[in-house]
Amino acid sequence: MTASSTIHARFQCAFPGFSLDVDITLPGSGITALFGHSGCGKTTLLRCMAGLQNAPGTMTVLGEPWQTGTFIRPVHKRPLAYVFQETHLFPHLNVRKNLEFGYRRIPVGDRQIGFEDAVRWLGLESHLERMPAGLSGGERQRVAIARALLTSPRLLLMDEPLSALDLNSKQDILPYLERLHDTLAIPIIYVSHSTEEVARLADHIVMLEEGRVVAQGPLRETLAGTDNPFREEDDAGALLEGQIIDLDDCWHLALFRFDGGQLWLRCDHRMQPGDQVRVRVLARDVSLALAENSDQSIQNLVPAVIDQIDADVAPGISLVRLLAGPTPMLSRLTSRAVAQLDLKPGMNVWMQIKSVVLET
Amino acid sequence: MLETYWDPVWLTLKLATTTTLLLLLIGTPIAWWLARTRHWLRQPIAAVVALPLVLPPTVLGFYLLLVMGPEGWVGQMTQSLGIGLLPFTFEGLVVASIIYSLPFTVQPLQNAFEAVGEGFLEVASTLRAAPWDRFLFVAVPLARNGFLTAAVLTFAHTIGEFGVILMIGGNIPGETKVLSIAIYDHVESLEYTEAHWLSAGMVVFSFVVLVTLYALNGKARSGALR
Repeated sequence: MTASSTIHARFQCAFPGFSLDVDITLPGSGITALFGHSGCGKTTLLRCMAGLQNAPGTMTVLGEPWQTGTFIRPVHKRPLAYVFQETHLFPHLNVRKNLEFGYRRIPVGDRQIGFEDAVRWLGLESHLERMPAGLSGGERQRVAIARALLTSPRLLLMDEPLSALDLNSKQDILPYLERLHDTLAIPIIYVSHSTEEVARLADHIVMLEEGRVVAQGPLRETLAGTDNPFREEDDAGALLEGQIIDLDDCWHLALFRFDGGQLWLRCDHRMQPGDQVRVRVLARDVSLALAENSDQSIQNLVPAVIDQIDADVAPGISLVRLLAGPTPMLSRLTSRAVAQLDLKPGMNVWMQIKSVVLET
Repeated sequence: MLETYWDPVWLTLKLATTTTLLLLLIGTPIAWWLARTRHWLRQPIAAVVALPLVLPPTVLGFYLLLVMGPEGWVGQMTQSLGIGLLPFTFEGLVVASIIYSLPFTVQPLQNAFEAVGEGFLEVASTLRAAPWDRFLFVAVPLARNGFLTAAVLTFAHTIGEFGVILMIGGNIPGETKVLSIAIYDHVESLEYTEAHWLSAGMVVFSFVVLVTLYALNGKARSGALR
């Protein structure tokens, strides 16, 4: 990665009761999640990156300096867009005028995203003349996202855009976000504390704890790493990307193939062979056997090699890191089971996978 | 006769209109600064702005008379500029009214600007709006009710002015004899009928102003929820 294709942020500052000390280089494409518990500093970091929060540091986006030791480019002169948790739609303007607010303030030559395109992508055709106060939470957030995109930003920052929404509105918005990810080349930095959102949307992840980076990297490897904070939440797991290759209508199952094996999933009525999907396999749903036992209820048996065995944060529990082909997986076992089976790195085992969470 | 009867009314309206327009120009930046700054001077300045609320108008008038008089620094300045002295002129009344009514402009505006909140302004800055742009196209429209309240209160308060004007304006027909002074004059000369007409007119006017203000405020509020 060269400097002109990455985003580099280094910030060091103390706030009352909290300090931020971060030096990260992020890829200049795809969605990067800033992930952590509330109070870990992820929103503060995002605000520092945008220039909304004054903090000593440096910020370089795709080769352009936004902040150096001696100079801070004002927010309104940065080619960024920011989607806030509370949408902050201007209440005195209708949806169309809200959308036009940023669009009209950029030079015509810089308008790479057309007004009609943004309206169509976010399904706002029939809402243009409405006032923000009459919109539902999901609609408001869609307007906020379209308004941000219409500045044709070089970097899109999103601060928990879904956290203020109820479950239905979330399900309403996620497909739009996924479509953005697929259609736009704009890098997105996405703050979230939801493992579900991160697993579904992100390509890259930065995990923060008390203002420090504790893990970062491509999503799959980082999620499966044993030394990351996901494991404290009882939902440590591996993320698999692959394809639906067959449907079994009789048993309502779909066969999913990933780089390292195959799994049967509960069939979703929308699934078609050929679909690219992401699934998450939680460490607690994976048990290990030394032989392929077929006389049992678990349908998904995948061979793997033990890579590493760590103690979990909970006493008496071990976290086993495995490789199914090249794909990292996790299994959470009692330490007694590890001792009784005499599990060691390098051993060939069978993973018995009790359930699989579909992410798409 | 008819002319002198209406003179104080026109003079009062002229004074209130001039004062209101000038105060909106002067008060808006002060209110904006007070609403957003964390400067240590914020509290002292806010106190100075509020002083006319608590001071007896005679105190205000007394010092204005001294400062704008031939020995005062403002008086010296106006004289050297060839304007002459301000006391006992209409311009002097405008200056006095601006100081007297300052809190009635600044405080509603300051409250309105504070209510706009940082969020909308931050959003505007991420949408490429420069500081002036944010002020004109986000803060001012969102503080619309504050401007309305400030204008009406300033106008009405200037019309009700008496003590300051008596101190620095005296009682010159057509120049400084405003309504409140005219009423006082009529009562002094036991012309109760004239005093009644003007006083009752003031009561009706004030009532209409306040009802209009409340109605507009209510409408604007429900309008925002549309």
